[in-house]
Amino acid sequence: MHPAPSIVVFTVLSGLGLGMMAWLGLGLGPDGGAYRWLASALALGLTGLGGIASTGHLGRRENAWRAFSQWRSSWLSREACLMLAAMAVFGLHAALWCLGGLRLWPLGLAAAGLALATIHATAMIYAQLRAVPRWSATPTPALFVVSALTGGLLGAAAAAGLTGASAPAGWTALALLLDGAVWVWWQTAAAGATRGAKGSSMETATGLGFMGRVRLLEAPHTGANYLLDEMAFRVARNRAFELRRLGAVLGYLVPLALALLAPVLGGWLLAPALVAHLAGMLALRWLFFAEAEHVQALYYGRR
Amino acid sequence: MTGLPNSTERKMGLVIDLDTCVGCHACAVACKEWNTGGYGAPLADTDAYGAEPSGTWLNRIHTFEVAPQAGPAQVVHFPKSCLHCEDAPCVTVCPTGASYKRVEDGIVLVNEDTCMGCGLCAWACPYGARELDALAGVMKKCTLCIDRIYNENIPQIDRIPACVRACPTGARHFGDIGDPASAVSRLVAERGGMDLMPEQGTKPVNKYLPPRGRDGWRDGGDAGEVNLAALADPEPGGFLGWLDRALERLG
Amino acid sequence: MAKATQPELELSPPVSDEVRQTTCYMCACRCGIDVHLRDGPDGSKRIRHIEGNRAHPVNRGVLCAKGSAGIMQHYSPARLRAPLRRVGPRGSGEFEEIGWEEALSLATGWLGEIRHADPRRLAFFTGRDQSQALTSWWAQQYGTPNYAAHGGFCSVNMAAAGIYTLGGAFWEFGGTDWERTKLFMLFGVAEDHDSNPLKIGMGRLKSRGGRIIAVNPVRTGYNAIADEWVGITPGTDGLFVLALVHELLRAGRVDVGYLRRWTNAPWLIDRNPGPTFGLFVRDGAGRPLVWDRKTARPQPFDAPGLAPELKGDFPHPGGGRASPAFELMARKYLEPEHAPESVAARCGLSPGRIRRIAAELARTAFDHAIVLEQPWVDFRGERHDRVIGRPVSFHAMRGVSAHSNGFQTARAIHLLQLLLGAVEVPGGFRFEPPYPKPLEAHPTPHCHTQPDYPLPGPHLGFPRGPEDLALEADGAPARIDKAFTWENPLSVHGLMHMVISNAHAREPYGIEVLFLYMANMAWNSSMNTGAVMEMLTATEADGSYRIPRIIYSDAYSSEMVAYADLVLPDTTYLERHDCISLLDRPIGEPDLVADAIRWPVLEPDREVRGFQSVLIDLGARLGLPGFVDDDGQPVYRDYADYMVNHERRPGVGPLAGWRGADGKRTGRGAPNPDQLARYIANGGFWSAPIPEEARFMRPFNMAYQEWAVGMGFYDAPKPYVFQLYAEPLRRFQLAAEGHGPRQPPEHLRRQVKAAFDPLPVWWPPFEEAALDPGEYPLHAVTQRPAAMYHSWGGQNAWLRQIHGENRLYVHGSVMAGLGLGDDDWAWVISPHGRIRVQVRRMDAQNPGTVWTWNAIGKREGAWALSPDAPEAQRGFLMNHLIHELLPPKGDGLRWSNSDPVTGQAAWYDLRVRLEKAAPAAAAEPRPGRQKSPVGQGPDTVEYGKEWT
Ligand SMILES: Nc1nc2c(c(=O)[nH]1)N[C@H]1C(S)=C(S)[C@@H](COP(=O)(O)OP(=O)(O)OC[C@H]3O[C@@H](n4cnc5c(=O)[nH]c(N)nc54)[C@H](O)[C@@H]3O)O[C@H]1N2
Ligand SMILES: Nc1nc2c(c(=O)[nH]1)N[C@H]1C(S)=C(S)[C@@H](COP(=O)(O)OP(=O)(O)OC[C@H]3O[C@@H](n4cnc5c(=O)[nH]c(N)nc54)[C@H](O)[C@@H]3O)O[C@H]1N2
Ligand code: SF4
Ligand code: SF4
Ligand code: SF4
Ligand code: SF4
Ligand code: SF4
Ligand SMILES: [Mo]
Repeated sequence: MHPAPSIVVFTVLSGLGLGMMAWLGLGLGPDGGAYRWLASALALGLTGLGGIASTGHLGRRENAWRAFSQWRSSWLSREACLMLAAMAVFGLHAALWCLGGLRLWPLGLAAAGLALATIHATAMIYAQLRAVPRWSATPTPALFVVSALTGGLLGAAAAAGLTGASAPAGWTALALLLDGAVWVWWQTAAAGATRGAKGSSMETATGLGFMGRVRLLEAPHTGANYLLDEMAFRVARNRAFELRRLGAVLGYLVPLALALLAPVLGGWLLAPALVAHLAGMLALRWLFFAEAEHVQALYYGRR
Repeated sequence: MTGLPNSTERKMGLVIDLDTCVGCHACAVACKEWNTGGYGAPLADTDAYGAEPSGTWLNRIHTFEVAPQAGPAQVVHFPKSCLHCEDAPCVTVCPTGASYKRVEDGIVLVNEDTCMGCGLCAWACPYGARELDALAGVMKKCTLCIDRIYNENIPQIDRIPACVRACPTGARHFGDIGDPASAVSRLVAERGGMDLMPEQGTKPVNKYLPPRGRDGWRDGGDAGEVNLAALADPEPGGFLGWLDRALERLG
Repeated sequence: MAKATQPELELSPPVSDEVRQTTCYMCACRCGIDVHLRDGPDGSKRIRHIEGNRAHPVNRGVLCAKGSAGIMQHYSPARLRAPLRRVGPRGSGEFEEIGWEEALSLATGWLGEIRHADPRRLAFFTGRDQSQALTSWWAQQYGTPNYAAHGGFCSVNMAAAGIYTLGGAFWEFGGTDWERTKLFMLFGVAEDHDSNPLKIGMGRLKSRGGRIIAVNPVRTGYNAIADEWVGITPGTDGLFVLALVHELLRAGRVDVGYLRRWTNAPWLIDRNPGPTFGLFVRDGAGRPLVWDRKTARPQPFDAPGLAPELKGDFPHPGGGRASPAFELMARKYLEPEHAPESVAARCGLSPGRIRRIAAELARTAFDHAIVLEQPWVDFRGERHDRVIGRPVSFHAMRGVSAHSNGFQTARAIHLLQLLLGAVEVPGGFRFEPPYPKPLEAHPTPHCHTQPDYPLPGPHLGFPRGPEDLALEADGAPARIDKAFTWENPLSVHGLMHMVISNAHAREPYGIEVLFLYMANMAWNSSMNTGAVMEMLTATEADGSYRIPRIIYSDAYSSEMVAYADLVLPDTTYLERHDCISLLDRPIGEPDLVADAIRWPVLEPDREVRGFQSVLIDLGARLGLPGFVDDDGQPVYRDYADYMVNHERRPGVGPLAGWRGADGKRTGRGAPNPDQLARYIANGGFWSAPIPEEARFMRPFNMAYQEWAVGMGFYDAPKPYVFQLYAEPLRRFQLAAEGHGPRQPPEHLRRQVKAAFDPLPVWWPPFEEAALDPGEYPLHAVTQRPAAMYHSWGGQNAWLRQIHGENRLYVHGSVMAGLGLGDDDWAWVISPHGRIRVQVRRMDAQNPGTVWTWNAIGKREGAWALSPDAPEAQRGFLMNHLIHELLPPKGDGLRWSNSDPVTGQAAWYDLRVRLEKAAPAAAAEPRPGRQKSPVGQGPDTVEYGKEWT
């Protein structure tokens, strides 16, 4: 699938921001003044930034507000509503905390719940698409939720580190390990989740299987078109391999190393760790889209 | 809104005969021609006279080659447009409610006034039947010519989709596939009309009629051979002898 | 979910303000179209959409891809805007726009001069001309012998074989009885001219459960939907068909009664060695004789109550012996050389397959015969209670005709039809008015000129024998294209593809003005395109062009435009008057006669004029007889005026409908001032049903003959029988054998003798015979894409998305052998040249054949496309590989790459070999770039925005 930068950035940034909301809502981390401000700002900022980015690929931005209307049936609509709700509730919770210094746990809990639900909704937008086995035939929700929570934890920890508060470096390292494991799990599932994974083939697509083996002789047009640009995107094998390695190193290994060193060398190390993790996540998320195969490309002879 | 109707009053759609389609593209161009000035925004073309011409089409003709177990390879021309699925994933994913399936006739449409051009419905469609218009930024798809089939400004006989009206071989049939008595339903029954990608669970309304058997006379090569002479049992004396008697008979 | 939440839709939006009905011209099929017009933003009329006219006899409402893209053709950015005068060198595309007055006086000056000096110095050739009745008449009145349209490189083999054998040919002269036929056999057709009728017909046939056999090395389009695909080796159809003939004869599965009555099978052939050997035996009145069993005497073939013999050896009334044509024919084709076993391998088929097909043909024709209770009376005065139908039908086109053995192969197919009794019967092949027409009803060629005088008769005709050849007293060719010479005696459509090379070589003589209309001769309609471009730009020592002046009429910025000195811009097909006339290429159907018009459904917004009106204007300026009255005033205001008021013969004009002052006459009648209004009111066409009793057996059916006379097709009944045995061919053969005053030059004797067999024969394609097939193992052919029309579809913003570039389709086995994969580059090498193209695998084709879509490649800068357009970069022409001459045989002569009978260009004799090429960005060759006189098209198109 075509990896629209807007969506890659959105899912990574908002994911991380929402992850932070979840932890902060649950009351994780110290209570220092600077930390309050920085952590809350990061959570809201990243989520909001992602939200804005997500409108980047829209053909008709003026209609974006309508996306809040179909929460009954559409995961994308649910994501929009939940995200707004999460930001609102967390915003209130953060305001009280930063200004008034009180952490209303029911409000925090609600914010955390909404944030988690939002992440899940985002994941479901992709997980629901049968036409894209790499998303629907794999533990995509787990992948999104765990990596968002890990990112969130790292974010919170970084904030703590920067504000000189005691950062949960150990927990963060643990989370990164867990997240890495989930990613490997998803990746192994994804490896097999090609276009044909759900039983679709050029034969079922054309109904001509009963006659014999089908191959494309002529496409409907010699030029390009939306369908090919959007749903027949191809990445070169070695390019994908490079990116995946980069993603693993930056997204997991580097932050892990820094997280382990942090207790020794100082919490501030978690800030570079967060940056590395973000970069790594962007690479892997780009691949999440770019490597996903859509069944409609079967009509263009892509087996 | 983007929930699907539990049921529609009719299931209007197309039945496409792969046995007679010659792949002439008439339906695709007629579709583009009718719709670019009709329902919603025009079907735009970009780099129209340049190096990478591209454009929005609601109907496209693929050509496949099929290699049977025995006998020569065959070519099948394959028109494809929206199948107006009963379980249309393109509808349920739509966040704005722009994408919907009509209760009256089951036609799946995009309301361009409310579409935000996110493209998710096109991702949800297994068939590649939706195209986001590059210039208008809205989702385009086959409307089953909704602005023709009920149009009182068009003579009754022409209240059919533009592609069906144009098709020179008569390979495209339009009607209520939900009504077992309809001509299209009978055609589907007689010819074993097929669903595309049934495994996707979309329950397409449009049906495809499979190509009939080909190259039957090749059966067993020379084995299937027929001795013409036997049919005519010419008397001794060969052809000219036979001719004599034939002329006798004619006088 | 609640319906209430669905948006309210306007289900009855206004469609158009007005519908104007005219005739499509996106190709030569001439379908009726309804042009829906709607007011644009500026209030001017714009096309909302175009659909087929349901009432029209040709397309009955349907429309093809090209016709449906008419909007993009009409508003094409490649449209010429004003007359152009060349300012740069030829081919550069550098022009200045000039006014019409200047353009016309320039042309008049050039043309007037040479008409006065030597009319032969004008060569006027008119390409894809649908107004040949006018253009040929203009050329005749001008007095040049050098006129023809494009038939010579198109399908003259098909037309000539049809006329000489049946008195009508496939396509516009006749078609399949679609409602009754049960088995349809298609030879070498991808699209053809009557593409919509063919598609409608095949669809109907299939819906009735009928079967289709497609004989074609490539299995696409029509051939893909055939029940039986015969993937024949190119150039071998003649062998295949004669093997079918052999089988039918061997088994006695032929329609003896039909052959005896309605063909010349029983006509006696002179067997006395000498100048009459092989000619028909005639009585004193010149009537061919048959041997009557009843009276045991020779009798004129048209006498009533005969029982003619088909075999035997009889006394020649004038002494010596004579035999019925059928006996000679039967003996010839029963020879073992025609047995399936002998030919199958060469055709790439199995003997069993051939026998099986023969059996199916016979079974369908005879065991599933149709009986139509339709009484009729034949020309012998005999009454018949019914018509017997043989529901097997045939159609063939360029796959057969574009070979150097195409004429005789087409004759062989007609022979097969006649043996089955399947011509002019229910379920068979039936003529379309004004056909059938016997050879005798056609003119012979005329070529003798004198300054300032018209030609004594029409240029093109059907030679009956050597005496009709277009030769000067000294035997030199009279025409620039060398039509009607011993190299190709029956070149009945002329040889447009030879004009430029002959004019360049000054062979047989030089010309002053080359006047072309509607033919992209600098590109896809020429063989050896690169060389033709050089010939068009070749100069003398003094720098003057070898072909001094070129006038060209085109509507768009084509490749040929760049090579003209003076360009006369035509309108689009929606902006002009035009007529599809019975005097020209008719649009009749088996059961009805019809003609049609085009009229300006939109007014031109540019300085362009309909070419026919321009030609009439030029005729008047030149003072050509018929174009000016006695005091030199123009007779016709424009083409519209001509369409209504011109009379070829008293009462017979371009249009047959609504004649007579009151508009009540059809066929014959005085001009009717508001005839065009009547056509427009009727949807742009006129048609009349043929009387029931006159619909079958028409060459012999007196009811039809009298009806035809009434319609003005001819002035007296012209009944005839089909010519299995073609005596005119025998006359040329006799000359080659040394008889008669006019004989072929020595080096052509053998060729003429072999090619002019009065009975269909087959010979290997010339190119194949002239080279080492081992060196060039593959046959290379092209096909018409259904969604493109030659070069002119390339400017169409919609169609070019479908065919913006082309690939060479190669069989999987060959691809594997050369290590080629899809889209790899390969050199395609012929004895004449090499092109570098991209290949794609296709297994559903004859393994020894490669093919591509025709005319997709474009020259950089043409057609208002950007120079880096895929058409110009990766699109390619096969033409670079094809030469109008055969590779040298070492006899010091260069033989023409064409059919020795008709001169038809042998496009599909091409042999090539493939070599893998290094990856590349563009095809080779790409002959230069031309400057666009009309600029380049816009980046984006959003047609119809104003209404949405
Ligand atoms: N859409 C469209 N329609 C057109 C045109 C167009 O450009 N586009 N052009 C018009 C013109 S000018 C013409 S002349 C007609 C021509 O109409 P067609 O006769 O259909 O012309 P081609 O496309 O040349 O098709 C030739 C066919 O013969 C096959 N063939 C080649 N060699 C042999 C052989 O030896 N034996 C047999 N059996 N088959 C063979 C080729 O594979 C091909 O399918 O079409 C007219 N109609
Ligand atoms: N390799 C290969 N070459 C072939 C063939 C093949 O099968 N293979 N087929 C051959 C055959 S059968 C034919 S008929 C020729 C066809 O080839 P051409 O005779 O060249 O036909 P086109 O390319 O269609 O275009 C002729 C010209 O007419 C112009 N034109 C279009 N509309 C109008 C109009 O309204 N008025 C005027 N004045 N001009 C107009 C176009 O712009 C174009 O320049 O190609 C031949 N060349
Ligand atoms: S074909 Fe695709 S667009 Fe049409 S209804 Fe089915 S899923 Fe939706
Ligand atoms: S593109 Fe338009 S119709 Fe499709 S899902 Fe998005 S909003 Fe709905
Ligand atoms: S029904 Fe209408 S919109 Fe749909 S493919 Fe046919 S012409 Fe196009
Ligand atoms: S118009 Fe008819 S025959 Fe042509 S491609 Fe479409 S369905 Fe097939
Ligand atoms: S076949 Fe197509 S292009 Fe040709 S006249 Fe008919 S509609 Fe026009
Ligand atoms: Mo042609």
